[in-house]
Amino acid sequence: MRLVIAGVTAEIEGTPIVSEVDLVAEPGMFVGLIGPNGSGKSTLLRTVYRSLRPAAGAVSLDGDDLWRMRARHAARRRAVVTQHGDLAGEFSVAEVVAMGRAPHKGLLDREDAADRAVVAESLERVGLAHASDRLFSTLSGGERQRALVARALAQEAPLLVLDEPTNHLDVRAQLGLLDLVRSLGLTLLTALHDLDHAAAYCDRVVVLEHGRVRASGPPLEVLTPEFVAEVFGVRAHIGAHPITGRPHIAIASLVD
Amino acid sequence: MADLARRGPHMVSGRMTGVLIAGLVVALALAAIAAISIGSVNLPVGSVWRVVGAHLTGSASGDPLREQVVWEIRTPRVLVAALVGAGLSAAGVALQALVRNPLADPYVLGISSGASLGAVLVVSSGVTLVGGLGVTGAAFATAVLSVLVVYLLAQRGGRLLDSRLVLAGVAVGYLCSAATSYIQLQVDPTELHGLMFWLMGSVAGVTWSDLGLPAAVIAVCTLFLLAQGRGLNALAAGDDAAAGLGASVRTLRIALLVVASLLTATSVSVVGGIGFVGLMVPHTARFLVGGDHRRVLPVATLGGAVFLVAVDIAARTVDRPNELPIGIFTTGLGVPFFLWLLRRRSGGEH
Repeated sequence: MRLVIAGVTAEIEGTPIVSEVDLVAEPGMFVGLIGPNGSGKSTLLRTVYRSLRPAAGAVSLDGDDLWRMRARHAARRRAVVTQHGDLAGEFSVAEVVAMGRAPHKGLLDREDAADRAVVAESLERVGLAHASDRLFSTLSGGERQRALVARALAQEAPLLVLDEPTNHLDVRAQLGLLDLVRSLGLTLLTALHDLDHAAAYCDRVVVLEHGRVRASGPPLEVLTPEFVAEVFGVRAHIGAHPITGRPHIAIASLVD
Repeated sequence: MADLARRGPHMVSGRMTGVLIAGLVVALALAAIAAISIGSVNLPVGSVWRVVGAHLTGSASGDPLREQVVWEIRTPRVLVAALVGAGLSAAGVALQALVRNPLADPYVLGISSGASLGAVLVVSSGVTLVGGLGVTGAAFATAVLSVLVVYLLAQRGGRLLDSRLVLAGVAVGYLCSAATSYIQLQVDPTELHGLMFWLMGSVAGVTWSDLGLPAAVIAVCTLFLLAQGRGLNALAAGDDAAAGLGASVRTLRIALLVVASLLTATSVSVVGGIGFVGLMVPHTARFLVGGDHRRVLPVATLGGAVFLVAVDIAARTVDRPNELPIGIFTTGLGVPFFLWLLRRRSGGEH
């Protein structure tokens, strides 16, 4: 699935939050959306969720305008893991994942054996098969995120959009989640907070500043020490990770 | 059997949900038969069957007095109690999902009081004043108006604020009640008794002739809500996630609000203000089957029907031969329930 965000401007109550953003995610690519707080990452993602209509520009999936599709059809091609995964009410993990089947079901269709198989397989892929009958509210933070990824998998959409999925997770769960989503074989667009994660996991990064694209490209080309100091206000050292050998960004405060 | 019952984290999960629903259907049938038999004149169940059966098959039943009591007086009121109980419960489920707040219900959000005000306005001023609107239309108009005011008060920048919503609903509800009381003071004392009905709620005096249209509206709205299980689940995940799951969030929200208001307004126009049904029944349903609206909706809808038919029996028998307004019972049960819920909720938050 090729995602193209072309010249998108999005406003909240008349105030532009993101302006003229261009972004392309080629099929199978892991694209990281990074930028300081308030740079417009979540707002841009909302135009891909179809919860905030762009004031200008277009979002398209394989050339089809996302905002001209029916909501259900869009959800068969693009799944979402939002930043706040709280649920109102007590749901079992299997019930949460079954919500992902909604775009494939008509108003009066019942859940059938095929749906249950997709739900079971989705849980299996995120390593939560054993927890399907637990209450979602009793899961740990890392398990919850995995369950929400499983819900997205149940949509069987080739594009997965995530908003800071590692927020509030412990270090092991953070890396585990990133390993998981990278292994899914989907096109990924992910807002990320941690520059080191972006460097280690993404094929490309798109850097937002004040709602505009400041730079984009492979992480090591974009995230130079000078650039990081200018946009993020920290000192950065870029090298190979001493354990994994992947790109690694060590950061320090400007006053050190 | 034990294996079936234990599957899932909810008190009732898996195939046991079907057993629960079947049980509620049986309970509804039994409650309806009891409600038709019991009253100022108790009738043996056998004769109730004969009269109802005769009407359903189109033959004559014989005894005109029993005929009158069973078919003309008790059957319509039981039917209305079941429909209104089902409708208000479904509306409560929808509203709670809509605002992501378990304290929401048609009564707490001021919809019922708004609808009562419209109904009383029309009844006291004469239908001609309000044009061809009629009692139901006026109740609907004021119900929607009060919902809009509550939403305007409770939102900031398009986002609904949890805590404000209940406060705004209670405030608007009081305002509508005050206006209703003022109208009551202005009317002829002989009309007062009739107006009290709109405040307390009663299924007494419902006849077949004024049952038709409201019954159809309540039934259609309830069926519409019953089909919204997946949409309500999506809303429970939050608006952004719901959009990601393929829900048309704006359209869904508007549809739910309009249908829940219409349902409430229609109920109020037939039986007056019956409070807290939409709060107690959905919560009991969730307590049993968990939060999945595909199961909450049918359980709450059937449960609401059983509940209101049973409460109507109590209202008729507690102070026999006097009949008490049914709203007194639902509110008497509902307020302690509401306070318990409030305490339990704030206990979980701190």
